[in-house]
Amino acid sequence: MNYLLQRLLSAIPVLLGITIIVFFIISLIPGDPATAILGSYATPENVKLLNEQLGLDKGLVQRYFIWLGNLVQGDLGRSFALNRPVLDEILERFNATLILSGTAFILCSVVGVLIGTISAFKQYTVTDKIITFTVLTGISLPSFFLGMMMILLFAVNLQWLPVSGMYAIYGGGDFLDLIHHLIMPAIALALVATGVVARITRNSVLEILRQDYIRTARAKGVREGNVLFKHVLRIAIVTILPILGLQAGFVLSGSVFIEIVFQWPGVGRMLVDAILKRDILLVQGGVMFVAACYVLFNIAVDLLQRYLDPRIK
Amino acid sequence: MINFLKLISRNKLALFGGILLVIIFVVSFLSPLLPLKDPDVIKTSDRFLLPFSEGYLLGTDHLGRDLLSRLLWGTRLSLLVGISAALISATIGSILGTIAGFYGNKTDNVIMRIIDVLMAFPYILLALAIVAVLGPGLFNAMIAVALVNIPFFARNIRGVTVTIANKEFIDAARLSGMSNFKIIIYEIFPNILPVIVVTISTTVGWMILETAGLSFLGLGSQPPQADLGSMLGEGRSSLIVNPHTSYVPGAMIFLIVIGVNLFGDGIRDALDPRLSKGELVKPQPVTQIKLNKNVKNNSSSFLSVQNLTTAFEFDNKLHLASKDVSFDIKKGECLGLIGESGSGKSVTALSITCLVASPPGVIVDGSVKFQGDDILKMNYEQIRELRGNKISYIFQDPLSTLHPLIKIGKQLEEAFIEHNHQKNKEATLKGKELLKLVQIPNIENVWNSYPHELSGGMRQRVSIAMALTNDPELIIADEPTTALDVTVQAQILSLLDTLRKERGLSVLFISHDFGVVSQICDRVIVMYGGQIVEEGKTENIMSKPRHPYTSQLMECVPHIGFGKRKLPTILGSPPSITYKKEIGCSFASRCLFKKDNCLNEDIKIVRKGDSEVRCLYPHE
Repeated sequence: MNYLLQRLLSAIPVLLGITIIVFFIISLIPGDPATAILGSYATPENVKLLNEQLGLDKGLVQRYFIWLGNLVQGDLGRSFALNRPVLDEILERFNATLILSGTAFILCSVVGVLIGTISAFKQYTVTDKIITFTVLTGISLPSFFLGMMMILLFAVNLQWLPVSGMYAIYGGGDFLDLIHHLIMPAIALALVATGVVARITRNSVLEILRQDYIRTARAKGVREGNVLFKHVLRIAIVTILPILGLQAGFVLSGSVFIEIVFQWPGVGRMLVDAILKRDILLVQGGVMFVAACYVLFNIAVDLLQRYLDPRIK
Repeated sequence: MINFLKLISRNKLALFGGILLVIIFVVSFLSPLLPLKDPDVIKTSDRFLLPFSEGYLLGTDHLGRDLLSRLLWGTRLSLLVGISAALISATIGSILGTIAGFYGNKTDNVIMRIIDVLMAFPYILLALAIVAVLGPGLFNAMIAVALVNIPFFARNIRGVTVTIANKEFIDAARLSGMSNFKIIIYEIFPNILPVIVVTISTTVGWMILETAGLSFLGLGSQPPQADLGSMLGEGRSSLIVNPHTSYVPGAMIFLIVIGVNLFGDGIRDALDPRLSKGELVKPQPVTQIKLNKNVKNNSSSFLSVQNLTTAFEFDNKLHLASKDVSFDIKKGECLGLIGESGSGKSVTALSITCLVASPPGVIVDGSVKFQGDDILKMNYEQIRELRGNKISYIFQDPLSTLHPLIKIGKQLEEAFIEHNHQKNKEATLKGKELLKLVQIPNIENVWNSYPHELSGGMRQRVSIAMALTNDPELIIADEPTTALDVTVQAQILSLLDTLRKERGLSVLFISHDFGVVSQICDRVIVMYGGQIVEEGKTENIMSKPRHPYTSQLMECVPHIGFGKRKLPTILGSPPSITYKKEIGCSFASRCLFKKDNCLNEDIKIVRKGDSEVRCLYPHE
């Protein structure tokens, strides 16, 4: 409990660092937002008025603190392209991203650890070779290309799954409909991460198998299946956990591409649209929000690590 | 360097990846010289021609442009951009990392905190933010990718620099009056260069993929210029009707990335010392057994080991760790096995239930008869039934031999559950009873502790309790007191001694310490260089050692109450395990009584009375 508090406090400088980077990168954008917003109404008087309204007549540092103050109160400003509060838009979109990335993350953790362990335990057998080859192919396929190929095969040719979107336009909206739409993007998103996790798991399991305590288990006459599930996997999960934390970042990153390919209404697609439309506040808010979530997620991974490994105290 | 290339070329997949990359590089960089159509010429009458159409090997895209030409030009562009990004981020990242690592303290703190914050972003978010600032475009996308990867380089290089900066030759350079700048350039840089190269080779694939990704999103190269990513992005709009416009660039990205991955894996494997040492090979549950000849073993002893020879196999050569080891243990007897490290005593002990890690271990000869059955002829399930049941082990250093993440109680119950098919309740009762037996106070506490929470002595008591779980008939104790201090050692020894007498246990007790062996063992075997050199009753060997090695070894034991004397050591070092067949006495090179014929032939072990010795000129 004490540690939880300590860990949360230690995240504050990182979060502050993120706000500084996000704010100052975005304010480097050339051009005058007021002119952009006003378009043909950009008379000098109007520009000056709007700048005052937006607080852009103040100094950069002062603006940062105003922005930060608003941020803490949950006010990320208004998107001028969508004409609605940035936070509302993000929250709505983030839900979709969370469903997609979360599924992919669980998929890559479970499947990756599982096939990595099997591959190590059956080292040099046909099973191991098939897994190693598949993993190598998997991590070399760009997720956006894979997604496109999956659409062609499963949606267009076989017509098993919907081409894109999160829900069917007519008559959809229930849980089954969501799952139906989720299968392809989640797999496409998870594939590379699964491969990475599987490879690291395989090596880590092979290393663990050489440890003295595994010999002890065997000397006790423990069946190989129990050696694997009770002894090896217990340690393997602890060593792989930080890698899983990293993979969460990759999955979040990859979701941008997958959301575009599958027309998934998530934050990634929103960000790309916002960049192309130069909707600065939306980009700023979106990046800030996702980065903060990622920091919090990594704290959760840390805590889980501590819980699973009593040696860290 | 030549070695390195050899290692890589031995790995066929890495070689394949390397060749694939070279072909892609050469062809795409020659594209300005090849007789290709102009990649940007639009010919709407030839839209969406399929691959292998006349005049268009790979077909055309939505504007009738030649896909082959666009592919090669696009590949060239993607490679150029990806590699440039890698070089830029390697340069900046390495400079930052070197400075942070070399100067340390505040500089290090400031730089690394910034790096930490940058790493807190999922990489694409940062790249998107940077592109948002700079505006879409291939050059900007490259900058974004390069910047995003800087933290990765900075971290790696900082780590290496810190270790190098603390080495003596850097101090020497400082003392010779070199400036910091010169030290970094002439002393540090040459040493971190290999790390930089390896890091580039493992990340360049990523950066090619990342820039392609940004182009795919429409944030990289802008029409009419096209890299692989934007070709794929354009192909996507006609994916369903004309998928070939997507296959072509997609397959090329795949080939590049798989080439980089295969080659990068080859480099990593070639540099990984664990692989060459075979540390990443799964040890089998039973040592590999390849008996050369059928050893006759008619002994009716409780345990009879005959001609046991165990080897380690490296590069198809057998390095013998124990040679022709033969001994018997009677019911209720405690046999000591003594020798220096590397003498083959642990290997012998582990070979009895085939626990030597394999690979590299192989049992090449011998027979191990336990209660009339030859263990070396049993299958895995039969051996498993013996382990932890009739034959159990106590190992050295329970901190590494007990599972670090399983509570003591669970570890104690395990052997019981595995062998008795009974549920936890009985196992718990039995386990707690055993803890009481090995004199552990506050049993409930220990039961719910992890190994690292106990003291060394406690842990060793726990492993003794664990060995006793299924009322074994033979306990093999491999240096059970070595990791303990002297008082605890004495307690553990007396505990073991009492238990074995109360329960009529046979014990094989392995040690390097005569003092320990003399306290507990009925008989002693002395091993040297994988062979038994002497065997006899403990009191006989202690009072009248016959082999020169034994007597010299005993000289090394300090005696309390005999005043000050210089403690002798045995000059030289024990023979290393090799695959070469060596003739003659293995101790000859260190022996004080060596004669000419000691090296002429293999020395046979000779029995005299109730003792045996392997020496031509034993002390009488």
